[in-house]
Amino acid sequence: MNHGLAAGAVTTDRTAAVRAAVWSALGRVRDPELDESVTELGFVASCEVSDDGTASVRLRLPTYFCAPNFAFLMVADAQDAVCAVPGVERAEIELADHFASDAINGGVAARAGFVRSFDGQAADELDGLRGDFLRKAVLAGADRVCRPLLAAGRTVDDLAELTLGNTPASPELDRLRARRAELGLPAGDGDPLLIDPATGAAVGAQGLPLHLRRARVTRVSVDANAGVCRGLLYERYGVVSGKEPS
Amino acid sequence: MYEKDGEKYFVVDGHTHFWDASPANWVPGQEQYAKGWIECFHAYQGLGPPETHWSIEQFQKYSEEKMMRHLFDEGHVDVAIFQPTYLKQWYTTGFNTTETNAALAAKHPGKFVVNASWDPRAGDDGLRELQEKVERYGCKGVKLYTAEWRGESRGWSLKDPESARYLEKCQELGVRNIHVHKGPTIWPLDKDAFDVADVDFAATNFPELNFIVEHVGLPRIEDFCFMATQEPNVYAGLAVVVGGLMHARPRFFAKVMGELMFWLGEDKMIFGADYAIWEPRWQVEGFVDWQMPDDEEFSDYSKFSVEAKKKILGLNAARLYDIEVPAEGGLAETAESAGPAGDTPLAAPVSV
Repeated sequence: MNHGLAAGAVTTDRTAAVRAAVWSALGRVRDPELDESVTELGFVASCEVSDDGTASVRLRLPTYFCAPNFAFLMVADAQDAVCAVPGVERAEIELADHFASDAINGGVAARAGFVRSFDGQAADELDGLRGDFLRKAVLAGADRVCRPLLAAGRTVDDLAELTLGNTPASPELDRLRARRAELGLPAGDGDPLLIDPATGAAVGAQGLPLHLRRARVTRVSVDANAGVCRGLLYERYGVVSGKEPS
Repeated sequence: MYEKDGEKYFVVDGHTHFWDASPANWVPGQEQYAKGWIECFHAYQGLGPPETHWSIEQFQKYSEEKMMRHLFDEGHVDVAIFQPTYLKQWYTTGFNTTETNAALAAKHPGKFVVNASWDPRAGDDGLRELQEKVERYGCKGVKLYTAEWRGESRGWSLKDPESARYLEKCQELGVRNIHVHKGPTIWPLDKDAFDVADVDFAATNFPELNFIVEHVGLPRIEDFCFMATQEPNVYAGLAVVVGGLMHARPRFFAKVMGELMFWLGEDKMIFGADYAIWEPRWQVEGFVDWQMPDDEEFSDYSKFSVEAKKKILGLNAARLYDIEVPAEGGLAETAESAGPAGDTPLAAPVSV
């Protein structure tokens, strides 16, 4: 009997560890439009792991009509991330309360892709869309990195000379570098801090003022959008985003 | 006319609705969408001040008396522009139609401007209906919703060849103001439904028409700003910007307004309360009282003058719609005769 209890406790500990790893994996799944993790945004309504290794994740979004393409990417990315966690035998990812919940949940579970999941309504998979929004994230990230540098007294001309390697370290710089690497853009220490996110070419001193203006408005747009999304999520579910469900 | 600190503001609410989203109007079999739509709108109302929130039942359908009170008796609105949204796939008699808007407008002469709407998927019949509506109601503008569902279709684009026929018809009929509202779906679904490139395309091809991008292209403010700065006939409709951000996210509100002022300027911004999502009163009073904060974070952005606020709250829309402005609501001669405000972002040197 004692042995049985001990075995049960071991299993429970292991399950708890897998559950923590699943939560952590979900933290690396991002809303492609907002470039923030679904856990930070409060989009994970529940996350459970059973003793047999089944991970059940329920996602929720700020509105019933959130764009179905981005919703599909988040559910598919969550499925990939959770399935890759050691100890997870099966992943059940469910998007709740959305007009296209059935098409998305069924399509992702069957690994059918976007075109087959939305039969007749989509022309292509979502790689192009994802790339477009990663490029916006790179542009917005340039503002996040440069604004404190300018406030600290660097000039616009100084910025044109900076490389990723000699820019002062910050979480925002790491994030920018990661997004660039994801896109296959130059992301090494010797590469310029400021590049055209479409081509990867360095932004020269002449083009820099306009580039920074574009970076700023892109960041304002993404931040304002995220602010509205957080507000709507609160109105819909009464939760302040960023809290891990217990 | 709203008066504050000795200044008079002629208020044109550029975006209002008279809708019926009550369950009795839900199309059988489509209830989930009809319910989802109005619940989504209702959540937006939650971004306004708590004392202006309504119950979902009140929000689904409201009376003429209530609307007239909220806009004109309490809301400081002088003239309101109806922006129809049909959604007949979900709502039996339509959600908010030109016909319903016009019936209300007819009872209150001088208070409303009635806009039409069109959908390029309606083909020749739609063109005929557009002409009939324009002739019957004297429309000078249309409201377009590119994410509207129609049968299996989840939306359309202003780049569609059929759209050009409708824009030509607008030009022929003297319908100069094209309000475009983007939504979450389009054909094909893998494209970004909020992309404003099709507005850019249409604005270039139809330079005599004005394109007012509603909700300033939210959530694509950056794309909208890049586009609008290159197209002289593109305007920013501020519905949702004021209602959704000024109270709930004041810092982002300031930044969005600062960006719009920089990229478009004060002659291109048009206030809209988006009733019944938000009542106009707190928006008008709040915006007149509002100023760009002094903090370092906002140092890039210009302050908003009284003249700029007068233009945004009413004079710009009055110009587009030939609405007569009482003399005391206009601008002083010097300000009125000034050219477009702000610098030209693509040409001017920029300080960061």
